[in-house]
Amino acid sequence: MTSPVVELRDVGVRIGDVPVLRNLDLTVGAGEAVGLHGANGSGKSTLLRVLATLAVPSAGRGRVLGADLASGERFAVRPRIGLVGHEPGLYPELTLAENLGFVARVRGVPAAAAAAALEQVGLARASHRRAAACSHGMQRRAEFARVLLADPDLLLLDEAHAGLDPAAADLVALLTKRARDRGGAAVLVSHDQSRVADVVDRSYELAGGRLAPVSG
Amino acid sequence: MSGFWRQAAAVARRDLTGEVRTGEVLLVTAPFGAIALLLIPMAVGTDAPLLARIGPGMYWVVVLLFGVLVALRRSAAEGRPQRELVGLLGLDPAARFAGQALANGALLAVFAAVLGPVAVALYDPALRGWEWVPLLMPLTVAGLALLATVAGWLTAALDSGPTLVPLLVAPLAVPLLLGATQVLEGLRLGEPILGWLMLLVAVDLALAVAGVLGARPLEEAAR
Repeated sequence: MTSPVVELRDVGVRIGDVPVLRNLDLTVGAGEAVGLHGANGSGKSTLLRVLATLAVPSAGRGRVLGADLASGERFAVRPRIGLVGHEPGLYPELTLAENLGFVARVRGVPAAAAAAALEQVGLARASHRRAAACSHGMQRRAEFARVLLADPDLLLLDEAHAGLDPAAADLVALLTKRARDRGGAAVLVSHDQSRVADVVDRSYELAGGRLAPVSG
Repeated sequence: MSGFWRQAAAVARRDLTGEVRTGEVLLVTAPFGAIALLLIPMAVGTDAPLLARIGPGMYWVVVLLFGVLVALRRSAAEGRPQRELVGLLGLDPAARFAGQALANGALLAVFAAVLGPVAVALYDPALRGWEWVPLLMPLTVAGLALLATVAGWLTAALDSGPTLVPLLVAPLAVPLLLGATQVLEGLRLGEPILGWLMLLVAVDLALAVAGVLGARPLEEAAR
């Protein structure tokens, strides 16, 4: 039996003295996609950071891609995780091509793959534009290109559809499908359940730091 | 090229490309550094022997203050989203540190090279032993670049940020400044300089080792 891509048990996260997540259980198996919904400040982004191994739970235990979240094992699986946060991770003074070129060089991927990824998200003609001069939607597409280049086993999208036109929204479905097809998993955060309903297998509502399944 | 140096080179290239775009060193900071060198003689008067004596020290103080500030700003320029994403790219924190230090070294070398002729013209330091300068400059610039990179990482890792960091790194700047000025003073007076050069080498090595070993915990603390 294949072990789950994500397995959280009784996980809690505190930021300062404030409990953001409490007694949280979540399992995401290989080939699955899960939606997370909740109001602003409900802890959706914090949960994504836990899944990305960037925040360590203050209670409970968890494994992501087989790595214990509380141990140094988490460093080894980070390159297999693709995260698009709600804040852009691009370098504003670099062009889109330079941003993607940096990713390619760090990962040891041919530069042509970076150009191909930009073309795939419809940014080939804007590749020499500085990231700071691009619209939010274009920056979002460039982030998707970065994920395409990395081809992660665990895809994490925060407010996946924010600022995207319908054509770009199809990219969310494409990225999710790729992660599932390769035996990985995807977790899509959205405050609007209807935006990701077609892409995910099931959804959860995050409220008061706890997860509850969403029916239907 | 090994994975470590490939990643370090990618980081250095990214930082230098950003610097070329903003022109912070050559277009903004270097003119201010030159003005600082110009103002000091006005403050101490036109005592030529005095200016010649303090010139090397003033030069290194200006390079330290202005150059390190630029390098520190660049090291701390990455926001949390960028830092988190480079972590997920599989970028070795030690390679990231090395790449930033390389880029900072290049920036400081340009800064020091631009201000060097200005200092010579204003202070007429009557240096002897110019053949030692090609050794002194890289050793000092490397130390300052490593110091600025460590400071940038501490800024990102500590909540107190830029307020506390200068106090933390100031003691480390002292041996660099002392070594750089005393080598030039020793050359001027014809005194031995090997001990001061060894001090610079020791500080460079200590900062490099501390930076590489501390990269992972500092990167995690910055999240």
